[in-house]
Amino acid sequence: MNYPMLAAGISVLALLATESLAQETPAQEKPVLTVLTYDSFVPDWGPGPAIKAAFEETCACDLRFVAGGDGAALLARLQLEGANTDVDVVLGLDTNLTAAANATGLFAPHGQTGSFDLPLPWQDANFVPFDWGWFAFVHDKTKLATPPASFEELAASDLKIVIQDPRSSTPGLGLLMWVKAAYGPEAAGIWEGLADNIVTVSPGWSEAYGLFLEGEADMVLSYTTSPAYHLIAESDDTKAAALFAEGHYLQIEVVGKLAATDQPALADAFLAFLTSDAAQAVLPTTNWMYPAKTPSAGLPEGFGTLITPETSWLIPDAEAQAIRQEALDEWQAALAR
Amino acid sequence: MAGRIGALAIAAILLALTFGTLALVGWRAGAGAGGFALGPADWAAVRFTLMQAALSALFSVALAVPVARALARRRFAGRGALIALLGAPFLLPVIVAVLGLLAVFGRAGVLNSALGWAGLPPVSIYGLHGVVLAHVFFNMPLAVRLVLHGWQAIPAERFRLAAALDFAPGDVARHLERPMLRAVLPGAAVVIFVICLMSFAVALTLGGGPGATTVELAIYQALRFDFDLSRAALLALVQFALCALAVGLAAVFALPAGFGAGLDRAAAPFAAGGWRRWVDGLAIALAAGFVALPLVMVGLRGVPGLADLPPVVWPAAGRSVVIALASCLLSVGAALVLALAVARGARWFGLVAMLPLAASSLVLGTGLFLAVHPFLRPESLALPVTVLVNATLALPFAYRILLPEAQGLEAGFGRLAAALDLRGWARLRWLVLPRLRRPLGFALGVTAALSMGDLGVIVLFAGDSAATLPLIVQQLMGAYRMTEAAAAALLLVGLSFALFALFDLGGRRGVAA
Repeated sequence: MNYPMLAAGISVLALLATESLAQETPAQEKPVLTVLTYDSFVPDWGPGPAIKAAFEETCACDLRFVAGGDGAALLARLQLEGANTDVDVVLGLDTNLTAAANATGLFAPHGQTGSFDLPLPWQDANFVPFDWGWFAFVHDKTKLATPPASFEELAASDLKIVIQDPRSSTPGLGLLMWVKAAYGPEAAGIWEGLADNIVTVSPGWSEAYGLFLEGEADMVLSYTTSPAYHLIAESDDTKAAALFAEGHYLQIEVVGKLAATDQPALADAFLAFLTSDAAQAVLPTTNWMYPAKTPSAGLPEGFGTLITPETSWLIPDAEAQAIRQEALDEWQAALAR
Repeated sequence: MAGRIGALAIAAILLALTFGTLALVGWRAGAGAGGFALGPADWAAVRFTLMQAALSALFSVALAVPVARALARRRFAGRGALIALLGAPFLLPVIVAVLGLLAVFGRAGVLNSALGWAGLPPVSIYGLHGVVLAHVFFNMPLAVRLVLHGWQAIPAERFRLAAALDFAPGDVARHLERPMLRAVLPGAAVVIFVICLMSFAVALTLGGGPGATTVELAIYQALRFDFDLSRAALLALVQFALCALAVGLAAVFALPAGFGAGLDRAAAPFAAGGWRRWVDGLAIALAAGFVALPLVMVGLRGVPGLADLPPVVWPAAGRSVVIALASCLLSVGAALVLALAVARGARWFGLVAMLPLAASSLVLGTGLFLAVHPFLRPESLALPVTVLVNATLALPFAYRILLPEAQGLEAGFGRLAAALDLRGWARLRWLVLPRLRRPLGFALGVTAALSMGDLGVIVLFAGDSAATLPLIVQQLMGAYRMTEAAAAALLLVGLSFALFALFDLGGRRGVAA
């Protein structure tokens, strides 16, 4: 072996170990609430820091976020850990995943009461919604003046779209369910019609949205709230979502408490806090979704310009899970050509 | 003896990290969970995976030969910089490279704009050809470097002899170049084939639809969406089998060239004149353009956001550099031990060294998570685990780079060293390190840059505050911040390339490259 190199390697490793140990030492006297969430929740530009600061003011505790990939990765990680986990609360599963999450038996009833400002009534014993959005195709108004007003019009047009793969991304799965909910047995026909419009299928939301912004497609599957980001954060009013006559499918993001938590009271307090004004007011301009309970100050300026679908679709989670494989097969057969 | 014990220890670690993690995932799945048979969709994925990987490897290697030959026999201003540039595509984070390629070949890219301007119909990059194009962009430059090393490993005395014998270019090709290619190309092709076998995001994004499903995507789906661990383990086994087949085939086709040792004299390269000059010039110009254009686009996309990068980028960049340095030292040290052991005849170490290439990083990460989780909080180990995994995943590349020259070293100097009783530290100091300086520098550069870019595994372990630069890029993209993401990606590319160039140029300094 090359000894100086080895020594250098060992000292670098030691450095890394000390860095990770340094993160280990929390304030000893305070209880710690560990919240497993998706990657985009925790950075400076996400909702995480503001929510952490506001909650810690009230709880005399240490709120620790653990970022664990995307929504689907969170659930997979919980299943890997089983009951032997440090995690107290999971934040960021969505309605595509709640059936599987409930089936694990790892979650405890949330015990929260009160209503939510969702387009559809909410009932789930284990999960509390914290924000939501409608899926929609987003386009650039300056390049596409009259967007299609339905899936059928989109399929008949020669517009190019980018979508996400339902096998690796929750928006992709949402689109699959959207078509299934709106068209039922005709869904396969819609997909066959859309096949020549689809430029490509990306692994996740960010690749698809990136491709759209680069001009690779006329429209991209995203949310009705996406134009609000461009308007508010970039003062760019060129993006818009197309209103579809069939109605739009919902994505509701939820938070849940683990049955095995050693901080049940803190976890309950956090769930309640998350649907309070303090937390809900943060979400629209950090997560770019609608808050589950409209804060008393109302929605931020700019959200008023967004489209409001009249019909909202959401297949009940157990049913959605049951028809997923069939819908996937249909989708794959129609697009594989 | 110490070398052999070291090689055994490293082999044991590699086996644990590849088959051990796979076994752990399979064991956690338990008996009876899921099915143990592949469905028609899986077989379609296997077929597509094999086809795109084979085509990508074939084109990468075939296109690399004329470029490497031109670079080996021509001297021109900027040649060193061009060779360094060839390292760049291989080291780009996948999504950055894809966006760079699309800026050139996409619907709104340079190529289609030019075609539109000339009144020609646009061409679409999406489909099998797009996947192969992207893989060639990533891997052709790597193949050029591997083949170029082969050319440079032919002792200058052989070329002088050829000149003295008045060999025509055809004779040189027959007696010197073809035997060298026969020794080098199968190995290069198999490395690229196996890399492409693991492709997931590139294949899906440019493939244009679910027809472009690879086995790795099926593993992702099984692990993330279906939580079907037995299926994931089974698919990972299929990947191992495919890789084993490829490695076996390459071993059948590769023949050692047997040039013997030279005297390290720097000789004027054997450079055929006439039309061959123009062919070489064209090969170099085309390759440089093909590699540089998407890189320029990555740069142009990134510059506007550089001014307002979020501050978290800087500590993340520092963390990534430390991880890269630690991984590259570990990786190259281990690869050197294995390459020397193989050069002395223990060939099975070579198979072990290639194992990580065939490992699904998703399964590896999941297995490690299962191994660590009962004892420690996974987040507390995020950085050491990342170093270990990056070092492991980069090891096959370091090994491939070092092996041919380690074999040449053993064949040319092994007996002399033994006769002089040159052993241990002294052998390393006076024989191995000086003679392997160039490939060691290249290997350190490649593994360092690979470790900067890779994030396949960290996601499972990432905590709240240990984000690396690739993770930040991903987080920025996930929050609509494409301009900042492009700038952070440019920073990532710049740092990777700086690390690569530093080591690579360090290795080439004082050696005719």
